[in-house]
Amino acid sequence: MLKGRQSWQFDTNPVIVSAATVGGPFEGKGPLAEDFDVIFDDIWLGQDSFEKAEQKLLENACNIAMDKAGLKPEDITFFLSGDLMNQIISSSFTARRLGIPYMGLFGACSSSMEGLALACKLLDNSGARYVLAATSSHNAASEKQYRYPTEYGAQKPPTAQWTVTGAGAVIIGKDGPGPVITGTTIGRVVDMGVSDPFNMGAAMAPAAVDTIENHFNDFGIDSDYYDLIATGDLGFTGYTIAKELFKKKGIKIAENVYTDCGILIYGQNPVVFSGGSGCGCSATVTYGHLLNRMKKGEIRRMLIVATGALLSPMSYQQKETIPCIAHAVSFEMS
Amino acid sequence: MAKALEPKRSVAKNVLTAFIVGGLICMLGQILQSIFIDYFGFEESQAGSPTAAVLIIISALLTGLGIYDHIAQRAGAGTAVPITGFANSIASAAIEHRSEGYVLGVGANMFKVAGSVIVFGVFSAFVVAIIKILIVGVGGL
Repeated sequence: MLKGRQSWQFDTNPVIVSAATVGGPFEGKGPLAEDFDVIFDDIWLGQDSFEKAEQKLLENACNIAMDKAGLKPEDITFFLSGDLMNQIISSSFTARRLGIPYMGLFGACSSSMEGLALACKLLDNSGARYVLAATSSHNAASEKQYRYPTEYGAQKPPTAQWTVTGAGAVIIGKDGPGPVITGTTIGRVVDMGVSDPFNMGAAMAPAAVDTIENHFNDFGIDSDYYDLIATGDLGFTGYTIAKELFKKKGIKIAENVYTDCGILIYGQNPVVFSGGSGCGCSATVTYGHLLNRMKKGEIRRMLIVATGALLSPMSYQQKETIPCIAHAVSFEMS
Repeated sequence: MAKALEPKRSVAKNVLTAFIVGGLICMLGQILQSIFIDYFGFEESQAGSPTAAVLIIISALLTGLGIYDHIAQRAGAGTAVPITGFANSIASAAIEHRSEGYVLGVGANMFKVAGSVIVFGVFSAFVVAIIKILIVGVGGL
């Protein structure tokens, strides 16, 4: 049901039947290593290109999610997936292997929650029995496409972020152990004029704040409603800016309620500069670490706001600023 | 606001590291050159080429082993400016695009980063040469 300006409230309470996350070797050394289902110790995953390695990540996450739920590809009505590669090849090529009716998405790093929101909507309208929503990113494949060759010695500024090598998949159904998805707010594209691709956290922060503000307005709630609000991949720089923007707009969010997946995934590691990023960032942290915390009873209600920078390597070379988006999904333990 | 809140780069520290690392690379070059002159009988004017070749091989090796980019993150311009940086830009692009094959991958992408250095290097050499000819022509030198 449409709620307010840009939100859906799911009356049938679509539930998370199963979730799976896989990560690369670097993620395996991070503070959330325990929360991954599988950690690969080779960034190539035995493939001969980084692009194929990313497909392998996504495929593994999808298969593990289906195994956990005891479902086969034939049982899944639709597969929704997005990633960062040109023409979303990781998603489409995984769909080729799975054989599940598929819709490809592109919302850059916001694809995780975009897919989940649509999956829930499909289910809420009785348009599906089970929906598999997944997303992936690979550090080296992203560096290759968006920046310089991985071994090229260019100095990165402290605002740069580290693309997560990992994939997260979730199966939504009518009943299961939970948590349930109660609502979602679809973001609008916000561009505050940041053009530095090495400072995406700063570019995306206003989009995240805009979506969170609209979410509160549409549902008539405030931040007290949630035990945890996590943005997708703002990193330390974007997180600081987002907090400043909340203050300016007069939105009160307690320090211990608001966090960022890009900060959680690697902690205070100077190698990753400002923090993690990529589709895999919000997906692995949410579907792994945060869902585990919900199951343990540490979090009852949480809002995940996946943020995406909708740039292409060509757009920034043509001196365009970075348009950004954020989608929010609300999880509740019933 | 974004500018005000972003962490600053330490210019002084970066400049100093770049200066020291760049200097060390040049010193290594000088040592190599002296070795070529003293032990291999090169003239001073000829010793430059084998010296550059050795530096290029070292930096291509370090690129292939995945070490060069880590040094460069600290050294910045210190590793980018000398010939080692040029070698790294070509070697890294070649390795990166190996998966697309030798012709469309390695061959087409090798100079992805280094290409503009070559284009503008050659062009500025051309401009400087014309200026020199003009000055000599007018009898300036």
